[in-house]
Amino acid sequence: MVTRNGWLALAAVGAMMAGAADAQTLRIGLSSEPSAIDPHYHNLGPNNAMRKHIFEGLIGQDENQRLKPELAVSWQALDDTTWEFRLREGVVFHDGSAFTAADVIWTLCRIPNVQDSPSSFTIYTRSIVAAEAKDPYTLILRTAKPHPLLPVEMSLIGIIPAPADAEDLAYDPEGCDYADWPSTEDFNSGKLAIGTGPYKLEEFVKGDRLVLVRNEDYWGEKAAWERVIFRPITSAAPRVAALLAGDVDLIDNPPVQDLPRLKADPDIEVVSGLSNRVIYLHFDHFQEPTPGVQGTGGKNPFKDRRVREAVSKAINRAAIVERIMGGLAVPASQLVPPGMFGYNPELQVEPYDPERAKELLAEAGYPEGFELVLGTPNDRYINDEKIAQAVAQMLTRIGIRTTVDASTKSVFFRRRNNYEFSFYMAGWGSGTGEASSPLRALVATQDKAKGFGGTNRGRYSNPELDRLLEQALSTVDDAKREALLQEAMAIAMRDYAILPLHYEMTSWAFRKGISYTPRMDQYTLATGVRPAP
Amino acid sequence: MLAYLIRRAMQAAVAVLVMAVLVFLGVYAVGDPVDILISPEADLAEIEEARRRLGLDRPLIEQFGIFLANALRGDLGRSFVHNEPALRLILERLPATLELAVAAMAIAILLGIPLGMLAGLRHDRPSGKAIMAGSILGFSLPNFWQGLMLIMLFAVILGWLPAGGRGETVPLFGVEVSFLTLNGLQHLLLPAVNLAIFKTALVIRLTRAGTREVMLQDYVKFARAKGLSERRVVLVHMLKNILIPVVTVLGLEFGSVVAFAVVTETVFAWPGMGKLLIDSILNLDRPVVVAYLMLIVLVFILVNFLVDVLYTLLDPRVRLAERHG
Repeated sequence: MVTRNGWLALAAVGAMMAGAADAQTLRIGLSSEPSAIDPHYHNLGPNNAMRKHIFEGLIGQDENQRLKPELAVSWQALDDTTWEFRLREGVVFHDGSAFTAADVIWTLCRIPNVQDSPSSFTIYTRSIVAAEAKDPYTLILRTAKPHPLLPVEMSLIGIIPAPADAEDLAYDPEGCDYADWPSTEDFNSGKLAIGTGPYKLEEFVKGDRLVLVRNEDYWGEKAAWERVIFRPITSAAPRVAALLAGDVDLIDNPPVQDLPRLKADPDIEVVSGLSNRVIYLHFDHFQEPTPGVQGTGGKNPFKDRRVREAVSKAINRAAIVERIMGGLAVPASQLVPPGMFGYNPELQVEPYDPERAKELLAEAGYPEGFELVLGTPNDRYINDEKIAQAVAQMLTRIGIRTTVDASTKSVFFRRRNNYEFSFYMAGWGSGTGEASSPLRALVATQDKAKGFGGTNRGRYSNPELDRLLEQALSTVDDAKREALLQEAMAIAMRDYAILPLHYEMTSWAFRKGISYTPRMDQYTLATGVRPAP
Repeated sequence: MLAYLIRRAMQAAVAVLVMAVLVFLGVYAVGDPVDILISPEADLAEIEEARRRLGLDRPLIEQFGIFLANALRGDLGRSFVHNEPALRLILERLPATLELAVAAMAIAILLGIPLGMLAGLRHDRPSGKAIMAGSILGFSLPNFWQGLMLIMLFAVILGWLPAGGRGETVPLFGVEVSFLTLNGLQHLLLPAVNLAIFKTALVIRLTRAGTREVMLQDYVKFARAKGLSERRVVLVHMLKNILIPVVTVLGLEFGSVVAFAVVTETVFAWPGMGKLLIDSILNLDRPVVVAYLMLIVLVFILVNFLVDVLYTLLDPRVRLAERHG
């Protein structure tokens, strides 16, 4: 038995611990952990977010994913295939060496030479056919064809310092002439975790913590925190508990159902912001008969535009946002959210009109509807399975008797990629911050050589859209390109190629006394956390 | 004896091999890791390229053959996710899990045995009944719920202890341990208690049953009749005889605590092996899952093997059976 005094003593120790939290240390609870510190190993959200603290790109992205100068002070297209980047002078890496164009060339050389990369960054570098340093602070990049996305792609790559024996390495798109490429393990151990960023890596203990310290020699505005400790707390309830207990100062992705409680807590604040992720429904436009449809005599009803329109009109997007997402989403009219490059302001959110939907079904020859299976992951997007259930009920109301087939993401994505669904729900976040990203991946005709249709698992195909998209992707003039993308978006939406449901909002919860600026790319960055004024 | 050992070693090898085949096929059947690991921005060519880099484009038989050939040389493959040897990833996490398991078992023994004896000695009094009722709760409340309640009470409401993580660690013989610092101990306490609750209930029940049985034995009556103090009767004569079954069960339980502390580690964000296993399963990180389960099979086989050997030493009947069989 612990005596009364014993309890008091324990309480005193606890109080001391709580007070011991250093005002200059920021502790963040993360819902997903980066798989490596190596900035070129794994092209995925958690890694790219962590990369931004340690390794900077030539170009940065602000909270709204607009490009801003980082290691390059300016850039311009000299002609359709030649780009000039003026590099920032006086920048040093964490090891004290100076940053020059040679480091950029080294980085471009290294990216295709990462061993066993599960998701390579070569998708951002392969358009480059030549890279030359005109002088140490002027870099020329050439592409084979006009490639307007080059600046965006340069914002997605972290620059690492060239070793002494690679200062004069020449860029070769077929593979640079070098033997001893740095290994991912050396980055994780901290040996090569050397960038120019506002924070330096102190320690990376997988599964436990990742500690950053302020870079006192940073070229820009100094970081607000001396030390930042990231702790992976992948389960939602313990993450919220850690915040409530004062173990961490900020958490990402608090569960939607806990938000009212967190908001009511006088010591906790919550911010939410629109993300770049759209949740969509995709049809099978290709197979006949299609696997998840019954009662149509073997026909694939989704080849008929009227059926697709009926499905769209049957869905009450506002109700989903309000009742299932707790208001933390915005009904979607297209594949990118407002404000993003290529957003078409003329497109409207599909009005909810079940009567017209029934008429359309009858016109298409399905007055009695049909049976349908809707595939969805149940652990990938916010409330994904609940949304799918709601959609299924709404479709059943107009006569398309829908059942939901929900599975964990590893199973769902395999089945989807094997074309096992006639109708599935998924999400798309535009990493590049441009409408070309979802258009190229989700609705462009599958074409390995062009890199089109990578996630078009409904195999939609529309030559007119392909032509516009291809034209946009080779138009360097921003205004013209945006117009082309808007037109392509309108074609996809008016053909009901794919049905956007809503844009997710991302939330962060933190203790009173600090503030966080929400980011469209959903990244949790220590550089965005500030002591409240 | 030698023939017995060799036979057991062969059985162990077969069990490990069967396990490897099952897990390999199982993870393969669930899905393709590239579908999860790859950036959504990647196009079809890059997806194929990633599959080739990770060796997933080859036929399953070939993949398994390569794995087996490497495993025989002691190389269980590299994690798809972390690009580090799977075995090293697991062994890095082992100390954290062992520390947690040892702490939990210590709590279970230090609380369970005295409480169990008390419940046995006072089985018809309120205190004995209260202990038994408590042990039923310990058995039946779900582990993760207990964990969350502990966090809510001690970390959120009272604010005495941290809600999760491992806290400060210091190296001891080259291994990072947390029980030597105050901060580390505070982090260790809640997860250890969470993991210990079920085991404590188990020990209480075993000890109580043993106590009640032993209490009626002639040698206890004789000790009492001899005029020995109650203290000596209970702590020497009774305790020793109760301990035999308790120790056997605890030995086996320890193996399962090490292998499957998954729930506690997840709830308390404890960076142990169980959490690694769960994360690896979710990411279909096949090398890590296969290596982990093979390692665990090996541990269990080893424990069973040691128990068998101990039996042959302790129990002459087993040895005799061997000689004639």
